[in-house]
Amino acid sequence: MSSIKPRVKVPKEVSIDEVVEIKTLIRHPMHSGRMKDMDGQTIPRHIINSFSAKFNGKEVFQMDLEPSISTNPYIVFQFKAKESGKFDFEWIDDNGEIYSISKEMAVS
Amino acid sequence: MRLNKLRKISRRNAMLIIAGFTGTAILPSISFAQSNQALNRINEITNGLGAAESDIWLDLPEIAENGNQVKVSFEIETPMTDTDHIKTVYILADGNPSPNVAKFSFTPDMGSCSATTRIRLSKTQNVYLLAENNNGQFLMTNAQVKVTIGGCGG
Repeated sequence: MSSIKPRVKVPKEVSIDEVVEIKTLIRHPMHSGRMKDMDGQTIPRHIINSFSAKFNGKEVFQMDLEPSISTNPYIVFQFKAKESGKFDFEWIDDNGEIYSISKEMAVS
Repeated sequence: MRLNKLRKISRRNAMLIIAGFTGTAILPSISFAQSNQALNRINEITNGLGAAESDIWLDLPEIAENGNQVKVSFEIETPMTDTDHIKTVYILADGNPSPNVAKFSFTPDMGSCSATTRIRLSKTQNVYLLAENNNGQFLMTNAQVKVTIGGCGG
């Protein structure tokens, strides 16, 4: 499972006070606990239940995900650039598995 | 002959118009009857205060062919300063097995209160957006989505 690699699009260079769009995508089945497999057995719930974005160590955005979020969660949000730094993105699923990725952003 | 033909068409058209009108007139009442779970949840979150219907940009398709992947975007006009910003946004669905869809926590660092994600909708229903600002005031809006093939695997 830890082979899941999230994809994040962060602009590399931005000007100060610019509001930039950050796009994230992670491959995950998001089993809602209501779907059935080929044999008619219910697949147990297994979803990513939390996503967070930190900038220079400070949490700037967080999202709680429910079973009503689609397979391969796609999350887009905005951020106002004030200083150069590093984003840390983190996804946590029901099994306690943590998927993370970091991205640098230069502000001029 | 010509007149006869004309009348036939107009009568058929009239029937269609009537059918169309009754269709649209009945639909909202059905969705209203089922809207309890999302509205109940809004009541719970707001501690019975309720939320003011407000002008929030909530983008959802009018018709979703595949309920497994329905794109939802929203944007709320706010200065996003420390003293005046939107803190939390909830997306709620009244026709899904559970009304909770997502909860977003915003901070002033984001500069704007907007986000996009993809959700599952099990059938035709209303999707609600409830937002709370830093002063504890609530805003809401909703949109109806007609779903052709339901998601959720129910």
